[in-house]
Amino acid sequence: MAKYLLLKHYRGAPASVNDVPMDQWTPEEISAHVQYMNDFAARLEETGEFVDSQALAAEGSFVRYDGEGRPPVTDGPFAETKDLIAGWMVIDVDSYERAVELAGELSAAPGKGGEPIHEWLELRPFLGAHPTVTECTLK
Amino acid sequence: MNEILIRSLTPSVLGILVRRGADFAAAEDAVQDALVEAVRVWRDDPPRDPKGWLITVAWRRFLDATRADTARRRREDLVDEEPAPGPAPAADDTLQLYFLCAHPSLTPSSAVALTLRAVGGLTTRQIAQAYLVPEATMAQRISRAKRTVSGVRFDRPGDVATVLRVLYLVFNEGYSGDVDLAAEAIRLTRQLAAAIDHPEVAGLLALMLLHHARRAARTAPDGSLVPLAEQDRGRWDTRAIAEGVVILQAALARDRLGEFQAQAAIAALHADAPTAGETDWVQIVEWYDELAGLTDNPVVRLNRAVAVGEADGPRAGLAALAAVDDSLPRHTAVAAYLHERDGDLKTAARLYVEAARKAPDLAERDHLTRQAARLNVRLSR
Repeated sequence: MAKYLLLKHYRGAPASVNDVPMDQWTPEEISAHVQYMNDFAARLEETGEFVDSQALAAEGSFVRYDGEGRPPVTDGPFAETKDLIAGWMVIDVDSYERAVELAGELSAAPGKGGEPIHEWLELRPFLGAHPTVTECTLK
Repeated sequence: MNEILIRSLTPSVLGILVRRGADFAAAEDAVQDALVEAVRVWRDDPPRDPKGWLITVAWRRFLDATRADTARRRREDLVDEEPAPGPAPAADDTLQLYFLCAHPSLTPSSAVALTLRAVGGLTTRQIAQAYLVPEATMAQRISRAKRTVSGVRFDRPGDVATVLRVLYLVFNEGYSGDVDLAAEAIRLTRQLAAAIDHPEVAGLLALMLLHHARRAARTAPDGSLVPLAEQDRGRWDTRAIAEGVVILQAALARDRLGEFQAQAAIAALHADAPTAGETDWVQIVEWYDELAGLTDNPVVRLNRAVAVGEADGPRAGLAALAAVDDSLPRHTAVAAYLHERDGDLKTAARLYVEAARKAPDLAERDHLTRQAARLNVRLSR
């Protein structure tokens, strides 16, 4: 049982195989894509592996502390930011292999021409809870 | 009557419903309903016979649900006469439920969830909170698990080893939410030990008690890890240690050694040392050798290298470590520790940084980063 984050990037991931921006798809292709994502999440809920799924706006700002009594400083959005997260899905699965299998399925979401996008998804394990027995951890 | 006492009646009540002919999935739902009702009603009006009360309420719930189901299907061949309760072999039922909930056809996470609900009597919400997943996800996990085991015969003996693995997983998860999973695992293992006479069940119970005894000392107030050698041994729970040792000794006396007994023996040797310096590392190495003969788990050899480092010096430890697969989690952390003991602070600091990067959990990562920082301060003086 381990949680994984499946990260979808606007920018920063290697190019997809079917790398056509969404605005050049037909409306039906967009609907088919959205349907695939919803079905995927619903299926994960049924298998008891779904934790969370969120999409992010493409533009955000940077914020930092600016000293006692002063309002925080904001900056951005930065058009040149190399790595831009589009959204994520969190899954709770029995193994790394299962996480890879699910990420592969998600990456097969249809894009232009109804063909799989083959999008690169970033798979990141959560830092888990500290196990009680560490002298010897049985598999 | 408190919630844990109510929950402890879960497996025997569920067992009786199944024995009366209810199918497992429906009976389990009915027992859950009865438990919720008990928690609500018993505070003001505790029954004289709690188990009888639960059986009656759960059976009625089961019949109501079945009747509603049947009505939907327009069938009217239901027998709703309540069978006489009669004497039931409760220990057997309890044991069969453990087997069913840890059935090999289930994935580990499903077996854990089903065990906590059907044997532990926890609600889906409590289990979901403990594992930090949405309640809907946990509900699906449990109902899938029930479907998976729906065809399993309830009266066939199962495999104790699979049950122990499930309980061990629950114990090792620690605690989050309002359910203390470690304490729950101990309760469930204790209940199992009462239902079956098996040295490895006793071994696991002893192992859990011995580790649980150190819980208060294992974490500093700021949440950081306190390694065994630096723990305030005055904060160890001596009652839990004493109980664990007695259970372990009785198990070992039967001369059917298994992995959990060997692990518990190692934990007992640690618990037995008044100070870290007085730990009997030579005997611990011997137990690791026993353990290595019982399992091919490479983690055993990794931990053995640590023990060898304490018993025969860091060089010997490093030599033992050289024979262990270096892709194992914590391999680098062990190497860092042994190099520090050997006086090579520079190598140790570098390895601690690397080990922190590979750490599988937050507390351990922070601990290893602190070790690196501590050595870097010494090196810069």
